[in-house]
Amino acid sequence: MHGPSVAGARSGRSRLGVLARWETLLVVAIAGLVVLGTLLSPFFLTPGNFSNLIAALMEVAIMALPMTLIIVAGEIDLSVESMAGLASSLIGFLWAAGVPLTAAIPLVLVVGALGGLLNGLLVARGRLPSLVVTLGTLALFRGLALIVLGPRGVSNFPPEFTALGFGYVPGTLIPWPFVIFLSLALVLGVVLHRTWIGRQTYAIGRNTGAARYSGVRVIRIRTALFVLSGLIAALAGIILTSRLSSARADAGAGMTLTVVTVVLLGGVNIFGGSGTIPGVALAVIAVAVMQNALRLASVTVEVQSIALGLLLILSVVIPNFAHQAKSAIDRVRGGRPPPADSVRRGEATTG
Amino acid sequence: MSDSGAAVATLSVRSRGQWLAVVARQRELSLVAIMIVLGGLVTLTAPQFLTVSNLSQVAVLAALIAVAAVGEALVVITRNVDLSVEATMGLVAYCVASLLERHALGTTGAIAFGLGLGLVLGMVNGIVVTVFRVPAIVATLGTLSIFRGIDYLVAGSHQVPLASLPDGFTNPARDSVLGIPIFVLVALGIVVIGSAVLRSTRFGRQLYAVGSNPEAAAILGIPSRLVVFTAFSVCGLLAGVAGVLYVMEFGTINGTSATGLVLAVVAAVVVGGVNIFGGSGTLVGAALGALFLGFIANALILVGLSQFWLQAIYGLVILLAVSADAIIVRRIQRATAARRVR
Amino acid sequence: MTDGVADLATMPTLRADLRGISKRFGATQALDDVSLTLVPGEIHGLVGENGAGKSTLVKILAGIHQPDNGTIALDGEPVEIAGPAQARALGIAVVHQEPRLFPDLTVAENVFIGHAPSGRLGTIDWSATRRSAARLFDQLDVQFDVGAPVRGLSMADQQLIEIAKSLSVDARVLILDEPTASLSAHEVERLFAIVRRLRDRGVAVLFVSHRLDEVFALCDRATVFRDGRHVVTTSTGELTTADLVRHMVGRAVSLFPKVETPIGELLLEVEGLTRAGEFRDISFSVRRGEIVGLAGLVGAGRTEVARVLFGIDRRDGGEIRLGGHAVSFATPSEAMDAGIAYLPEDRHQEGLVLDFSIAQNVTLPILPRLFPRLLVRASTERRVADEYTRQFDVRMTGVDQIVGALSGGNQQKVVLAKWLASKPRVLILDEPTRGIDIGAKVEVHRIISELAASGLGIVLISSDLPEVLAMSDRILVLHEGRLTAEIPRARATEERVMFAATGNLEPVAAGDQTSGAADV
Repeated sequence: MHGPSVAGARSGRSRLGVLARWETLLVVAIAGLVVLGTLLSPFFLTPGNFSNLIAALMEVAIMALPMTLIIVAGEIDLSVESMAGLASSLIGFLWAAGVPLTAAIPLVLVVGALGGLLNGLLVARGRLPSLVVTLGTLALFRGLALIVLGPRGVSNFPPEFTALGFGYVPGTLIPWPFVIFLSLALVLGVVLHRTWIGRQTYAIGRNTGAARYSGVRVIRIRTALFVLSGLIAALAGIILTSRLSSARADAGAGMTLTVVTVVLLGGVNIFGGSGTIPGVALAVIAVAVMQNALRLASVTVEVQSIALGLLLILSVVIPNFAHQAKSAIDRVRGGRPPPADSVRRGEATTG
Repeated sequence: MSDSGAAVATLSVRSRGQWLAVVARQRELSLVAIMIVLGGLVTLTAPQFLTVSNLSQVAVLAALIAVAAVGEALVVITRNVDLSVEATMGLVAYCVASLLERHALGTTGAIAFGLGLGLVLGMVNGIVVTVFRVPAIVATLGTLSIFRGIDYLVAGSHQVPLASLPDGFTNPARDSVLGIPIFVLVALGIVVIGSAVLRSTRFGRQLYAVGSNPEAAAILGIPSRLVVFTAFSVCGLLAGVAGVLYVMEFGTINGTSATGLVLAVVAAVVVGGVNIFGGSGTLVGAALGALFLGFIANALILVGLSQFWLQAIYGLVILLAVSADAIIVRRIQRATAARRVR
Repeated sequence: MTDGVADLATMPTLRADLRGISKRFGATQALDDVSLTLVPGEIHGLVGENGAGKSTLVKILAGIHQPDNGTIALDGEPVEIAGPAQARALGIAVVHQEPRLFPDLTVAENVFIGHAPSGRLGTIDWSATRRSAARLFDQLDVQFDVGAPVRGLSMADQQLIEIAKSLSVDARVLILDEPTASLSAHEVERLFAIVRRLRDRGVAVLFVSHRLDEVFALCDRATVFRDGRHVVTTSTGELTTADLVRHMVGRAVSLFPKVETPIGELLLEVEGLTRAGEFRDISFSVRRGEIVGLAGLVGAGRTEVARVLFGIDRRDGGEIRLGGHAVSFATPSEAMDAGIAYLPEDRHQEGLVLDFSIAQNVTLPILPRLFPRLLVRASTERRVADEYTRQFDVRMTGVDQIVGALSGGNQQKVVLAKWLASKPRVLILDEPTRGIDIGAKVEVHRIISELAASGLGIVLISSDLPEVLAMSDRILVLHEGRLTAEIPRARATEERVMFAATGNLEPVAAGDQTSGAADV
């Protein structure tokens, strides 16, 4: 039983209806895009294309999962792309310095968690606005990445490492990053929708004051979410490095935009309190299919960038529109509803 | 009959008010103070800091950011944000450079086109936010992507070389009038006019009102949507001005020009004391913030730290500025509350 | 019908004459053929339960809604109040419970917002604005630094600014909508003095309030609405409180059903509790079955004490002992685990997540306890929610109903159910019946009484003096952060409590004595 999915809708029944509709819309969009893709190329539905299709988006997809929880909790983390870059440059730096990857990778993940902890402490404990704080750490982490690795790239990674980002589950054409994404989606999906941690996260996003007064450990949960985001961003950076076989300080530049787009497209409200993991997962697939179809249609990267921006805006405009249309219909049907405080007929004076 | 209760209220009101006014002025003064101290320290290790040519250089670059920061400040005061300014700057810069390269419209025409383009892009942002009711973060993240995409599309892989610009076009970046660089005069002019508008016109006060309490503004009949739309439009216009200045300054323009500048612009605004929650802040503060960041960038280079430290330091500066703001505000609140119990 | 009709014929022209006003929202008839008259130089009280239509009428006068039927005339001229701007232009000013000011702008600017005096070039003339604002405050006989930002000013000060605003547009009709909810008695006095001054200058004042004692203190005439209909309009001298309640509710009610309960062992002991800037040296105890009332004026520090007991704020000194052991809470969840529950003042901001269902709200504090293995089971949630809401007879369509759709009284019952589900030993209630209808109030009082009878220790924070007196076994009185009295039930009277609540304050001047009716 998961929490409400669309902000603003007051009656439970209609909310469930709209929730079903958003995910349905995504499925329909995916179906449509798949049809478009097959029309554009006979190779569209082959397993080889599928894994291409998915692989390029996996780092974004993986980062989108903790971002979902953070946005549901009413915050935002703009620094994920820079943490990915920092992770990449650290891995490159350590590898070039002779540190074995078995030690370097956990170290980088710890750094990711620490970076997230910085965000968490400033936002949750310091009660500073997350937009500005993560804008600052966006710069800070990227700066640290530049300081560590400078302008050079490191590329002589061993095949075992590149297999992570570039390889497949033996015997299949499923890329490892996809497996990581699915596992993470499963875990975070269960956390958000089936555990009380998820319920409390929704409460924090909907009404932080009420959550706090209800014994929800707001600071603890918010901090943990940022730590998770930092950790996963570092993981994404490692995967990116592995897939491209190259560590660079500017790795991941521009990814924040795509991550936020995917999350909002998944039906998550930017103000918090609603949204689902399955929705975001569907959005990942939709964006992947769309990018692939566009590529097949020889649409340039620049136009894809435009398409992504439009998609982001539409992902908010369409639900707004639907909501306004619904209210307009309600209004025409019989006037605005009375304030929630008003006494119900026949209820007040008994007792 | 003014009883002593009201007198107590007076006392507290005056003190609180004074506190807040002092803080506001403090931000601007402390920025200047820090710059002076920093300048002094840097001059010790690198005496070329204090030369006219170096300071002019700093001022010129800062002026460019300051112009965009003024526009951004207007938007932030209304409790919104515009993350797409760098894309507007880049697109305008490329279009202006390209027009000049092809001798298409003449210098004045090209500049007018650039400004008009900036205005239109700002209006697009305004429409998405006020008509389609998309939250500003989302809207301008989206337009950032869209405008940048258009920029890449239009530019392709082409780069307009400095040489193909008309003679003297890049002069304003280097020339001075009465010893003050032209860029600085432009920035100063914009700050002065903007501040006057903010302080003394109905529209300017409406900007603050909308940012300070949007619900009350709506109830009082203030046309909030129009006000916000205008703020975004002017922000776009000023980003266009910054784009033109960019061409004058750097000369060589391609599709990726001005990437990464949005950070500097927002940082300037935050450091300059404009509250991210809207309703307060000054254009002078934003301009000083831009100058401050320029100072740091320059100091870094002269002291010998590599350019790579710049990003990290900008980030630190943003974090410090926001933290300092919060600490000060909370200290005031505790101080005024503490008067209640003896 | 209205008693005052005969008198009206001899009075000066009506400032406002509303006749036959009706307004429907969807399925609800908010106002049904109501009439109201306002006379210059008179303070007219408007009372009624939530949902009686008071706020709808105020909104119609403020131009926010338009009536479906009926006429409105101002000073004899029929008018159509098409919107808030027009209401202002017609000279109608409303002071709301929550002041609608701009915190970052100065006092002077707020007073003249939208109509500041212009100088040359059409720009704002700030010195003229400041001077005019200062003049207005002089008229109200209040001192204000008009150049200071509004941020940080108390609610009472902000309301004064709202009143100054109404003066600045030369209001003919001043409507005060529940203005005293967040004011201390002292500030209420100041407000009343100012309102009387305005009345004497010929403004017609409409005073909407839940607080019947204030209506009697301030108003010359009063009108009662019930269920959207006009019940009676009469001079306040000819009514008793019981009459008023009867008109509001439609029948005689006994507000305070208290069950006599044996008092048991010590549950909570507080000694020397101090928090810098908020309260100092507070000591008291709570026993099983006992209801300890915490009285005092708004701002006395009662909620602040509760917040420390509940782990929201840190204490700076003193000790808290539960069942004999000293305890220290860093967070509300620690306080909860120790057996303390706190029902906050503000139901909507702090008590409930309005978009969650009843079941989700009821289980929110105990989720970790209910589901130690992390996974939530909907059936368990519903069962728990059912159990506790049934005890309180919450009127709902089911535990899956969204809490936002419930009435205020039922929402409060859900909050009570939620805290009861955490199985507390001590329950702290902060203004539990604020903003709730009399019918629901009775039920809540009954519930509180039963909770005490079942063995809980209860701390009842309330500004409603009759409530505190009727429900408490002992009354503690706070004044500006210090404990000024501890009065057992048998010796508790309103005068005693008010004396302690205002004790240590500067002596009240002789002239104020007559207007001290607010104390009644």
